[in-house]
Amino acid sequence: MSFLITSSPHSNDFGSVPLMMRTVIIGLLPATIAGIVLFGWPALLVILSSVIAAVLTELAVNKIMKVEPTISDGSAALTGLLLALTLSPVMPWWQAALGAVFAIAVGKMLFGGLGYNIFNPALVGRAFLAAAFPVQMTTWAAPMFWRGVEAVSSATPLALMKFQQQTTVYSKLFFGNVSGCIGETSALLLLLPALFFMFKGLINWRIPASYLGSVAVLGGLFWLIDPTKYPDPLFHLLAGGLMLGALYMATDLVTSPLTPKGMWVFGAAAGVLVVVIRLFSGLPEGVMYSILIMNAFVPLINCYTRPRILGYPQKRFGRPVK
Amino acid sequence: MKTFAQGIHLKYNKTATQGKAIRELPAPKKVIIPLHQHTGATCEPLVKVGDQVVQGQKIADSSKFISAPVHASISGKVTKIDKMPHPCGTEILAVVIEAGEEEEPKARTVDSRKTDALRPEEIRQAVREAGIVGLGGAAFPTHVKLAPPEGKKIYTILVNGCECEPYITADHRVMVEKADEIVQGALLAARAAGAEKVVVGIEDNKPDAIERLKSVARKHSEAIVDVVVLETKYPQGGEKMLIKAALDREVPARGLPLDIGVVVVNVGTAVAIFEALTRGQPLVSRVLTVTGPGIKEPKNLLVRIGTSFKEVIDQCGGLCEDASKIIMGGPMMGVAQTSVDIPVVKATSCILVLRQRDIKEEKIYPCVKCGRCVSNCPMYLVPSRLAAFADNGKYGEFEEWGGQDCIECGCCAYVCPAKIPIVQWVRLAKYKLRQMK
Repeated sequence: MSFLITSSPHSNDFGSVPLMMRTVIIGLLPATIAGIVLFGWPALLVILSSVIAAVLTELAVNKIMKVEPTISDGSAALTGLLLALTLSPVMPWWQAALGAVFAIAVGKMLFGGLGYNIFNPALVGRAFLAAAFPVQMTTWAAPMFWRGVEAVSSATPLALMKFQQQTTVYSKLFFGNVSGCIGETSALLLLLPALFFMFKGLINWRIPASYLGSVAVLGGLFWLIDPTKYPDPLFHLLAGGLMLGALYMATDLVTSPLTPKGMWVFGAAAGVLVVVIRLFSGLPEGVMYSILIMNAFVPLINCYTRPRILGYPQKRFGRPVK
Repeated sequence: MKTFAQGIHLKYNKTATQGKAIRELPAPKKVIIPLHQHTGATCEPLVKVGDQVVQGQKIADSSKFISAPVHASISGKVTKIDKMPHPCGTEILAVVIEAGEEEEPKARTVDSRKTDALRPEEIRQAVREAGIVGLGGAAFPTHVKLAPPEGKKIYTILVNGCECEPYITADHRVMVEKADEIVQGALLAARAAGAEKVVVGIEDNKPDAIERLKSVARKHSEAIVDVVVLETKYPQGGEKMLIKAALDREVPARGLPLDIGVVVVNVGTAVAIFEALTRGQPLVSRVLTVTGPGIKEPKNLLVRIGTSFKEVIDQCGGLCEDASKIIMGGPMMGVAQTSVDIPVVKATSCILVLRQRDIKEEKIYPCVKCGRCVSNCPMYLVPSRLAAFADNGKYGEFEEWGGQDCIECGCCAYVCPAKIPIVQWVRLAKYKLRQMK
């Protein structure tokens, strides 16, 4: 009788990479469905073209590199979905697809595929589209509830705030009845599944906590300085892509820090960038750049937040037990 | 409740045996006694083929300080002295004894003077002569631990009753059935080491053991014997974790517990010390758990050292048809065995048998940098980095990032969603570094 020989440990827990990817996709589904309901067929078309393009691009790169197809891990589909959720519902479908191709090919596969990319691939795709098609990227539609959409320059709450000093009612922001990207309109639908998965330990909670926390604190500070000029912290939290970014993009496993302390630093610094960009730059929204910029700092953060190994010098070191 | 930081919560699977009393396995007809059953130097045989030996007789010893003698666990004739398979995976010199027809005499290696009169060095000498090593799994010679080097003072004997590995219930049963012996053995160890206090650390998933030990401890003042209840968490039975949990002190890097005045002994070791000193009984048998879904009747057994795994397993109803992995020790740190013709050694706390369906062979993905290994490592290492350094042959960086401090508890590999065999990589790097030195 022969027995199986492996190195210990001889058991492991249920988590796996495909499961983690699926978890995030499931977490995004309520907001995705809401986006389709709010903006109708054009939104569905953007989502489908982005997801399909992302998966096919990864498959094509696998074929070119003559390696086993990696699309079954679900990360390509997730990138496509995340990208679509950050796009305007009236974006032409082929532009969305092009963004997904760029996201996967340049943002992920060129670096070596899953696990090796430095920047969040979906945001790389979005940054590419923002540079390539600035007009389409900022043409929004008012939510129509299936009555079809018309591409009008209906301003987002953040743009209204920045350029016309108009505020939007919080309940609208919370439930999603505002114009904006497909997936970033309703804070509630993004938050609920994320909270559930955080409770289950499947989504990191440190990054969203520090990210949202630092936006609230810094945004609140400016609001206290001049409430007439700066929006209040609640508006900062609910408007724009912050919820989507903080819960599902900054938490991207590959492009966020490894260490618990590093996660706090990463989230807090990204939050500062969001407030600075929103208040003092020419752009109404800063979530994308805040995450991309912080992605670049991740190796450095990992280096400087290395945990102190148990037993290495600190205050209790070496004191005899009495 | 007290515990250490990080670590993981596991499925414990202890219910199959935790309520079963320890049963003594009849002496086998043949034993294979490896001459290396401890950390330290291998022993030289004191007998030759054809010699008659009696149970308890010393059959091998070493002149080195870090070593422990081994004893005949049955009476009979030495039939072979040769290299034989050892549970650690290599072949090691072993003495084979086959029982004759004669009655087993009880050998006495220690004179039965009143233990109260013994001086510390006499206790240490008796512990050494009885061949006692740590029975928790590392098998470090106990007499070495009890002898603090010049200038070091030992304050506390910490008795390890955590048994944090899933499935194993041997220590649990010892605590329930031999609480008195544990405390007395620990007090003897304290006298030997010049320590003033005994602290017993037990995880809260063993309420009956806590109750028994607390009732025994009440006979002594709390300043001398204290029972500390710990939150159930893996790997609390690790020396460094237990000291952090029970005493809130850290063992300095690359140092030993005695650097901070602590000696950790397993509950089984405490019982062995007690029996060596009061009954003159050397370490010729130990309690182990035979369990797992691949075993028909899981049991806690008192087994003679040198009994083959096969004989032990047969006494537990045998293997299930689909048994596919035999592990010495627990599922987290145990060693997989190639066959059942392997002897039980002093470090065998458990024989765990898993079936095909309990062992998922899973696809390995690239590291996705999720950081789970980092936030669960009880040593505060960065395991994913260490594995990558090992994988790339960067042994210098491996060492710089604390690879040598890894206790190989397996928390990282357990939680890894990419299923990277992190511990295996770490072991490889440690091995390569040893070769380079």
